[in-house]
Amino acid sequence: MQVMVAMSGGVDSSVAAAMMLDAGHEVVGVTMKLWGGPSDKGCCSVSDVLDARRAADAIGVDHHVFNFGDDFERHVIAPYVTEHDAGRTPNPCIECNRSIKFARLLERADALGFDAVVTGHHAQIVTVGDGTRRIARAVDVAKDQSYVLHMIPPKDLARVEFPIGGLEKSVVRQMAADMGMRVANKPDSQDVCFISSTTSRDEFLGDRLTHTPAEVVDTDGNQVGQVDSIQLVTIGQRKGLGLAGGSPAQYVNNVDIGAQRVTIGTRQDLLSESVELDVLTWVGEPVSQGLVAQTSAHGATRPARVHANTVTWETPQQRVAPGQTVVLYDGDIVVGGGVAR
Amino acid sequence: MSARTESEETYLDWAASTPMRPEALQAMVQAAQDGYGNPTGAHHRARVGRRIVDDARDQVADAVGAEPSEVIFCGSGTEADNLAIFGAHATNNGHVACSAIEHHAVLHPVQHLGGTVLDVDSAGQLDIAQLRSIANDDLAIVSVMLANNETGVVQRLDEIRAVLDELAPNALLHTDAVQAFPWLDVAELAAPADLISLSGHKFGGPKGVGVLIVRSHADIKAQTLGGGQEFELRSGTHNVAGIAALGVAAQMMASERAQVVENVGALRDRLVGGIMQALPDTIESARQVGDAAVEKVAGSAHVCFPGIESEALLFKLERVGIYASAASSCASGAQDPSHVLAAMGYPRELAAGSLRMSLGFGTTDADIDRALAIIPECVQTLRAASA
Repeated sequence: MQVMVAMSGGVDSSVAAAMMLDAGHEVVGVTMKLWGGPSDKGCCSVSDVLDARRAADAIGVDHHVFNFGDDFERHVIAPYVTEHDAGRTPNPCIECNRSIKFARLLERADALGFDAVVTGHHAQIVTVGDGTRRIARAVDVAKDQSYVLHMIPPKDLARVEFPIGGLEKSVVRQMAADMGMRVANKPDSQDVCFISSTTSRDEFLGDRLTHTPAEVVDTDGNQVGQVDSIQLVTIGQRKGLGLAGGSPAQYVNNVDIGAQRVTIGTRQDLLSESVELDVLTWVGEPVSQGLVAQTSAHGATRPARVHANTVTWETPQQRVAPGQTVVLYDGDIVVGGGVAR
Repeated sequence: MSARTESEETYLDWAASTPMRPEALQAMVQAAQDGYGNPTGAHHRARVGRRIVDDARDQVADAVGAEPSEVIFCGSGTEADNLAIFGAHATNNGHVACSAIEHHAVLHPVQHLGGTVLDVDSAGQLDIAQLRSIANDDLAIVSVMLANNETGVVQRLDEIRAVLDELAPNALLHTDAVQAFPWLDVAELAAPADLISLSGHKFGGPKGVGVLIVRSHADIKAQTLGGGQEFELRSGTHNVAGIAALGVAAQMMASERAQVVENVGALRDRLVGGIMQALPDTIESARQVGDAAVEKVAGSAHVCFPGIESEALLFKLERVGIYASAASSCASGAQDPSHVLAAMGYPRELAAGSLRMSLGFGTTDADIDRALAIIPECVQTLRAASA
């Protein structure tokens, strides 16, 4: 095959490129320039492009940079800001995978005559009974990224490979070291790539929306604190609420942007029987029983059943923030997902 | 796959950088061997280096119509531009201005100083009326490039000079002639300028050496302080080998220019004509305004392909050994949307399909044959793929 490997400058995608070359494929490395801001890590900085270029040099493949900045702004940054402004909790990595890596890049690769796009994601692709390809959990469960990849349709998965999904991260690092790659010990990327360690989420959003102060009330409606920005508050949060010290732990269980009100309560108040999804997309046939659901990128999984657009927990769970994605698994295989209402 | 043989290469990126002239390379090696003494020293070995630098200074002076004492060697065209803008500003904290199509080496210093970025029309020509509106006693410098690096459009510096003479007596006129020098008689066309930037690697010299011509009457302040090696306007030990090579390349360019322009101009016309014939919807940038042809340098072939992303086209061309570019590249190597085409009023979608093919003194008929055999086909393939 002729494959285009998305190389971020990290150890995973560098090893992924080397593995594809070893397997006899024709490999070209591509780094996507998505962000021109001051982010000092993640997938966009000049030093990451240098790392990617040098990894490509070390392996002996050509390396290109594609500027998808306009697309990233439109499909990732703008919705991220809009969602926060609506009091919701978005996951920009999912939007980036959906609109950039497995749409824009895949289309570009197609147009240039490549057979597949390869990334260094920790996830596996398995073929199920009906012959279609599905996303499944990585061998290294702690590093598993199937959650942020759940929405790639099977038809597109036919042109995608995740070569390191079958390896423990420690093995990936060892392979990089054995190949003499400088990135062998580079720290894993964390958090949101366009928000740097010097620019907080607060500052980033402050440049793009107007932070709205809000009162913090208890479940009886008594004001007990206040916040400077309701857009930064999320369900389950327990810090930064301006509460008096010494009281038992209190958690945000509701964010009402319109009323400029944040409601807090005990952990018990936060529990919920179920979560409604705005749009639930099944990868194949709908599944109602025997599922587990995951509600954040590296969150725990909980047994659940599904009826219509409602995911019902076997035992009550912490309320899922509106905007958060719920991914449904049958065992280790992704079967569907949607966004909490 | 990454290793390509020379015979498969068609180099159409001369505006980005040129191969070194063999004579310049030879001079560079010789100077590095012989001129290792520090040119500011007092012994024989130092004088060997000093002689090499001063010979090159004469060559550059003759090539651009300046006095040797007006030639300031520095580290790059970018450094020359920075010295001009910051150095003029530093004399009296006056206002700075440039055209909107300047190279970033001028644009960013002007923006950094809170200066005015002047509009251009759809043909890339400076808005003289706007210049008049800001031309006053407070204006310290106006920078307008003689030939643009993307489109090749040539500016009339005499008109700009006339405005400054009339309304802004304290203003210096700087021109970034980095792209112009291989193609235009800078001695004549940049005569109205007080400050002129050149870059060695755009005309067969090496990278890492540039020149700022500072006319004897022009008052600017040094921006790099130290030993004051270049007439107290630029400090730092001379890049003797690079300067030697630049001098040889400048002299050759000036003496061969008329012939090069004639030869390459014909090749450029054949290239653009052939592409337009194969793909009639191609838009050649800044070719005409009304019935009048826009003056462009001979090596510049700049077109836009509607419905094409130049990043994809460049990728495809690179895979078969055709090397060109789109707009200027940013530090990461990504193609940034062209600020030049934006300033000329090109819609962003159209500018996204731009292709800059730049020719040079070594471009051959065979290069054009190969480009014409491949480029239109690649454009059609990409269009078919996205249809």
